[in-house]
Amino acid sequence: MKRLDSCVRLAAALCMALGVLTVSASAMHIAEGYLPRPWAFGWMAVCVPFVAAGMRSIQKRVRDYPRAKVLLAMCGAFAFVLSALKLPSATGSCSHPTGVGLGAILFGPTATTVLGLIVLLFQALLLAHGGITTLGANVFSMAIVGPFVSWGVYLLLKKLKARPAVAVFCAAALGDLVTYVTTSVQLGMVYGNIGEYLTIFAVTQLPLAVAEGLLTVVVFNVLEKYARDELLELSVL
Amino acid sequence: MKVWQKNTILILLVILLAAAPLWLCREAEFGGADGMAAELVEESVPGFEPWFEPILEPASGEIESLLFALQAAVGSGVVCFILGRITARKPDNKDA
Repeated sequence: MKRLDSCVRLAAALCMALGVLTVSASAMHIAEGYLPRPWAFGWMAVCVPFVAAGMRSIQKRVRDYPRAKVLLAMCGAFAFVLSALKLPSATGSCSHPTGVGLGAILFGPTATTVLGLIVLLFQALLLAHGGITTLGANVFSMAIVGPFVSWGVYLLLKKLKARPAVAVFCAAALGDLVTYVTTSVQLGMVYGNIGEYLTIFAVTQLPLAVAEGLLTVVVFNVLEKYARDELLELSVL
Repeated sequence: MKVWQKNTILILLVILLAAAPLWLCREAEFGGADGMAAELVEESVPGFEPWFEPILEPASGEIESLLFALQAAVGSGVVCFILGRITARKPDNKDA
C-alpha cells in the first residue's frame, strides 16, 4: 500500500510537471523551405544510412531482448513528450528539449535515430513545425548528433565509474545542447554568421538542457529501481 | 532517500527552471527560437522567400496549442502507463 501511494505521488508529480510546462509557441527546428535545395537533399542523404542502421538495430534488440519492447516504446513516448514542451528560457525566447538522450542511453544512438525521425515527421506533417524539406537537417541534429553525443558521454562516464544518475544527467543535457549547436552550424554553413545562430539556439537551450537532464534522471531513477534486470540485460548498468 | 522523494525534488527543480525566466524576463515576448532564426535568415538574404510551404498548417494558434497539448498528453500517457506497469512489480533493487 505504501509503495502504491508513492507511485501515485510520483505519477501525479510527473503529470503535473508535464501539464504545467506545455506552452504553445513555435520552437527550435529549421523551418520549412529555409534550407536551399542542395543542402536540404544533402542532409537527407546523410541521414539515410543512420536510419537504415537504426531499423536493423531495433529489430536485433527486440529479437534478442523481447522484454525491452516496452522500454523502447517508453523512450519514443518520452521524446514525444519532451519535444512538445515549449519552455521559456532566460534569453526571453522559447524552445523545447529533445528527449532523445534516454533512448540513446538505453538502446544506443542508431535506434534512437528512428525514434527521433518519427517525432520529427509527426511535427512536420501535423504541426507545421520543422518541415519535410528540412527533415534531413533536423534529423541529423536531433536524432543523430544528439543521441551519439548522449551515448558517448554516458559510456565515458560509466567507464570513469560515475554514479548512474550523474552519467544520465550529463549525457541527456549535453546531447540536448549539442543538438542545437549543430542546428546553428547547419544554418551558419548556408547563411554565414554562425555566432548569431549560436546565440539564438545554443544559449537559449542551456537551461532547457539542464531541465532535460533532470527529467531524464527522474525516469532513469524509476527504471533503476524497478527495471534493473532489463537495464542489466541491455548493458546499461 | 527514497526514489519518489528524489524525483519530487528533481521535478520541482525543473518547474523552477521553467518558471524562473517568466519572472526574470517580464518584458520578453517568449517567441519561438526558430522564428528568430527565420528572421535572421531574411535579414541576411534580402528578398528571401522560403521555396516550400508547410503541407498542413494549423488553422490558428489555438489549434496549434491543441495539437501540441495532444502530443504531450499522448506521450505522457504512454510514459506514465509504462512506468506504472513497471513500478507495480517488486523492486529489482531493494536499496534504491
